[in-house]
Amino acid sequence: MSAVLHEENLILRFVRTVGHVSLFFGRLLAQSVAALARPRLIVHQIYNAGARSLIIIMLSGFFVGAVLALQGFSLLQRFGSEEALGIAAALGLLKELGPVVTALLFAGRAGTALTSEIGLMRATDQLTAMEMMAVDPMRYVAAPRFLGGVIAMPLLVAIFNVVGLFGAQLIGVQQMGVDVGSFWSQMQGSVGLNDVFEGVTKSLVFGVACSLIAVYEGYHAPPTAEGVGLATTRTVVASSVITLMLDYILTASFL
Amino acid sequence: MRPNRTLEVGTGLFVLLGFAALGFLTTQLPSSGLKIGGAKKGYHVLAKFDNIGDLKAGSPVSMAGVRIGDVDSIRYDPQDFKAAVTLRIDPQYNQIPDDSDASIQTQGLLGGKYVGIGPGGSDMYLKDGSQVAFTQSAIVLETLVNKFFANFASRDNSDSGSSGSDKSESGGSTESGHDTGKEKQK
Repeated sequence: MSAVLHEENLILRFVRTVGHVSLFFGRLLAQSVAALARPRLIVHQIYNAGARSLIIIMLSGFFVGAVLALQGFSLLQRFGSEEALGIAAALGLLKELGPVVTALLFAGRAGTALTSEIGLMRATDQLTAMEMMAVDPMRYVAAPRFLGGVIAMPLLVAIFNVVGLFGAQLIGVQQMGVDVGSFWSQMQGSVGLNDVFEGVTKSLVFGVACSLIAVYEGYHAPPTAEGVGLATTRTVVASSVITLMLDYILTASFL
Repeated sequence: MRPNRTLEVGTGLFVLLGFAALGFLTTQLPSSGLKIGGAKKGYHVLAKFDNIGDLKAGSPVSMAGVRIGDVDSIRYDPQDFKAAVTLRIDPQYNQIPDDSDASIQTQGLLGGKYVGIGPGGSDMYLKDGSQVAFTQSAIVLETLVNKFFANFASRDNSDSGSSGSDKSESGGSTESGHDTGKEKQK
């Protein structure tokens, strides 16, 4: 197979990778339905991907919200409309920063763990052993991890947004002196349910993309120490780039 | 089975926290959503305005630039075709003369609206349930601009150029000031 790969040019290889990932995605989806019958495995992965990312997500959310308030305040002050800070912070967090920053952190925190875990399973022949016992590793290893990531991501984004909003409120209201009633009432007046759902949709898509990349890279990592290391790196790079690309596409389609 | 305990508690905590956050975002941020949160202290005063602009519940109520309360609720009163705005005033500001006037003003040039209270001279004070007699509506920017252009067009025949626009600008704003001026209510 690698001999064939070498003869192909770059474009063909790219097309082939896309096809490979798509086929893998299809198999993963099919196995995910079956994996739903074993919720215990999924709960374990939600814990790994979600609960253990809570601290980093909340910490980052707070500071992103706080810096949004600082920047927004200094910008809005020029137009004499500091009271609109609530709108700026809420829309910025809900629609852009929440989903994107969470996805980037998720790729770094949970995606790398997934890739190296599955990659090491492959390298130590655990996956092969499962196949020998007629246990499908797609169903018992890949699918629960994928589902766990997909379920955890929107929840992480929601937590990020709420913590960020309170961070923005803390800086905007306590430090910058924006009126607290204006902050919330203007926010409530300008943020619609569709803005919230835009954020949720984005987080779901990012969750699928990041989890798929992490599981795919781990599952197909070369069974060596170097191979697992490279696969982990590729997970972060690919997840980040694809998250930002998807973000542009989703934003353009929502506007 | 023991390590499963931490796992389940951790996952449960995470999922609950996530859904709580999601619930907060969907119900608290959009204005259409439910409002949770305890009732704040203070007394309520009613004011009826011809036009409230984009005043919203939660907007501040201020006197001499100091925040003394906020807008509790806004509804339309079909009897006299006005907006009935309930103001919640903090309990320590209980010495507002009952002939004070309420006007809707704008924070900054493009900022949100707030209700400004101008003190009257009466010895009686506003108390819970009373109504502000004098109100002044929000100045709607579009109306102002329309008036300005109408004014501009009519003066264009006599005056010319940039000096005309300066004059008619001041003319436009005073005219609308008459329009939205104080009015007595029962």
